[in-house]
Parts: sequence; structure tokens; C-alpha cells
Amino acid sequence: MSPIVEIRNISKCFGTNRVLEDVSFTVKKGSVVAIIGQSGSGKSTALRCIDRLETVDNGHIKVCGHEVTSDKLDLHQLRRDVGIVFQSYNLFPHLTVEQNIMLAPRLVKKTGKAEARERALAVLTQVGLAEKADSYPSQLSGGQQQRVAIARSLAMQPQLMLFDEVTSALDPQLTGEVLRVMEKLAADGMTMILVTHEMAFARKVADEVIFMHRGRVWEHGPASILDQPATVELRDFVGNGL
Amino acid sequence: MGFLSFLTAAHLKFLFDGLLWTVGLSLIAFVGGGLLGFLVALGSSYGPRWSRFAVSIYIKLIQGTPLLVLLPLVYFGLPSLGFNIAPLAAAGIALSVYVSAYLGEIWRGCIASVPRTQAEAAECLALRWHHRVLFVLLPQAMKIATPPTVGFMVQIVKNTSLASAIGFVELARAGQIINNSTFEPFVIFVIVAALYFALCYPLSVLSRRLERSFHVAHR
Repeated sequence: MSPIVEIRNISKCFGTNRVLEDVSFTVKKGSVVAIIGQSGSGKSTALRCIDRLETVDNGHIKVCGHEVTSDKLDLHQLRRDVGIVFQSYNLFPHLTVEQNIMLAPRLVKKTGKAEARERALAVLTQVGLAEKADSYPSQLSGGQQQRVAIARSLAMQPQLMLFDEVTSALDPQLTGEVLRVMEKLAADGMTMILVTHEMAFARKVADEVIFMHRGRVWEHGPASILDQPATVELRDFVGNGL
Repeated sequence: MGFLSFLTAAHLKFLFDGLLWTVGLSLIAFVGGGLLGFLVALGSSYGPRWSRFAVSIYIKLIQGTPLLVLLPLVYFGLPSLGFNIAPLAAAGIALSVYVSAYLGEIWRGCIASVPRTQAEAAECLALRWHHRVLFVLLPQAMKIATPPTVGFMVQIVKNTSLASAIGFVELARAGQIINNSTFEPFVIFVIVAALYFALCYPLSVLSRRLERSFHVAHR
């Protein structure tokens, strides 16, 4: 089976600053890949390139059959297949939780109102917030908002979910509730790529771990590389994390 | 009320008619200027480069021109080019153009102040451009825009007095005319001022209240 994400030799500069250098990796359907590394190591940029929120200077990316690095990419189709959740939730503040979730299925997939509502309730139940359907984002805690953001992405039934440091703005308790939702999602077979600082979570849930350092893939392997780092850099990174 | 005894029923009727004209001109200016201003805001926020440039020139040009010049320019200038134009149409056009430059600029700022991440989130949900603008960006921009827009309406009401330059007998002009026959400037203009105040003060209060509720909602 061909991988759902294929990244080959991508490089990117912001001005004179090389943020990605010859990065390659693949992600199999149904697997969970955690990208870890220090701030500025290029991990968020790599993730954003997958959804074409950033463009690359060189290299090749293929996601869910879409040639992301091609000029002829149908951005709309790519984003129907890929869901992304951000550190800052980015819920629409003028809409209720339910409206936030129903918006894209209604407008993009032309789902009927009743069906969209049904699906909204289903994904809200999945993240444990069915009773918050009529609340506005400002009435929710950070953890709840992030779970709604996950539900909003799930409602589009993506083939791949990207998580960009989704718990970095949350305290440990709220982090826990978001991670539990993500763990359940992984157990249900969702293909996930997550940029994270939660080493314990990466150990527990990730099938593969990618350690990025100075814009390169420094180490790549099963989660056990966190316990037996091959490089000084990963050893230092993991050591500081504990 | 002896000091008002020089005012006849006809005077009061005259003032009242002037007041109606002021209200009418304000509404025309607000509706016309609002529609045109909306296009200005869209053109400078979402348009291609040439439209942003054209719109910025338009805004600078109109904002750099007194309304007292715009009004006769339309009223006397267009007929000399062969377009005959009624005073009401001339006032409507001049006021709308004037208001659009200011409202357009206010609204452009409001659109720009919707966080960039909102557009990004909508993009990532595969929403098309027009859906992003209609359902995600403009509703938020409108919320931000309401207090300054209502505040600007006060300026519009007061600026309609300049329409007297092209023959309109609105409130200020009505006061002048009555004064020309009664020679009671202090009383007349206090009345005129009070009537303007009665129109503008509720708008100011509303604007302030909206601003406060906006800040509360965004804490």
C-alpha cells in the first residue's frame, strides 16, 4: 500500500534562514507520527507544508494522492482530505460550537442541515462536548475550545489529521483532556501527524517519532528511539524534557 | 416664554421642514455612502493590486477635498458637462461620495483587524474564497465596525448642513432664513443647535454603548 504522505527532499528558506533542509519521510495510512524537536527546528514548518500553508523551495510532497508541490494542485481538494488543528484553536468566535462544526460540511460538502447537525452532534460526542453545542467559543475553557476545533476538523471526515502543538497553550489538566481525545482518535485508526512537546504522549501513542534538529530529520524511528537516542542532540533534548 | 413670541406657527413649520430635510439627507448620505463605502472597503481589502491602488487614490482625493467644494462641483459642474441634475440628486451624489471615502477607510481597517488566523482556519476547512469572506471574515468585521460607524453618522448629520450651498433649505439654512426676517439670531440658532443636538446625541450614546459592549464581549 502506498503511503498517505510522501515527503521527498524538501528544503525551505525564510530569507537567509534555512528552516528545512533535505527533509524526507513517509506516513502510512492509519499510523501516528510525532514530530518533536526544539523551537525553531522546523517541525511546525514541515507540518504546514503538508497542508500547503507554506510552500517549499525544493523537493516533492504528495498527500492523499495530491501533488502538493505541483503548480496544478487543487488546493480545495487537498484541504477536503486533510484536517488541521492549531495551537490557538482558531474557532470562529461569532458562531456557536455547533455552527462552527456545521459550517464547512454545509458549505463545502453541501450536506443537508439535519444531516450536518447530526454529524456535528456525533463528533461533539466523540470529543465529549455534546452538551456544549449551543455555547459560544468564548464561554469555553481552552481545552474545550481545542476539542471543538478537533471536532470541527473531524466533521469533514478527513483522511489525515495534522496537529500543530495543539496543547502548548494549555495547562496540564486541560492538556490531559485534549490528549485523551487524540489518543482515542488514534485508536480508531485515524492517520495523524502531530508536532508536540508531550514526550510521554509521543511514547505512548506514536508509531513513529521524527526528531528534527536545525531543519533536518535528525533521527527517525519507532517511539523507542526516545529511550535509546542514537545522537547526542536527541539525548540532550529528551534529557531536558524529563 | 415671551422671548419666543416672535416665532409664528409658519416659522416653526419652516424649521420642522428643515429638520426633515436634514434627516432625509442624512439617510441618503448614509445609505448611498454606505453602499459605495462597502465597495471601497472590499476593493481595498480583497481586490487585485490595481483596485487597491485605485481605491487608495480615491480615498485620498475625496478626503482631501472639502464637502463644501464637492457639493457645488456636482451640482454646477455636471450640468456644464451636459448632465442635468436635480438638487436632491446632486446632494445625494456628493454626500454619498464624501461619506464613502470615510466609511470605506473605517471598514477597511475593521476588515484588516480580523485576525489572519481566522482566514487560515477557514481555508483549511476547504471553504472557498467567497464563503470565507461571507461567513467568517465579514461577520466579524461588521461587529468591530458597528461602534465607529454609528459614531461617524454624527458627522454625517452635521455635514448635511453644507447642502445649503446648493440651495437646500435644511435645518441650518432654515434657521438662517428665519433669522433674516426676525433678527433674533441668538434664540434662532440656539433652537437650531438644540435640534441638531437632539439628532446627534442619541447616536453618540448608542456608539459609546456599542463600543463598551464590544469590549466586554472581547475580553
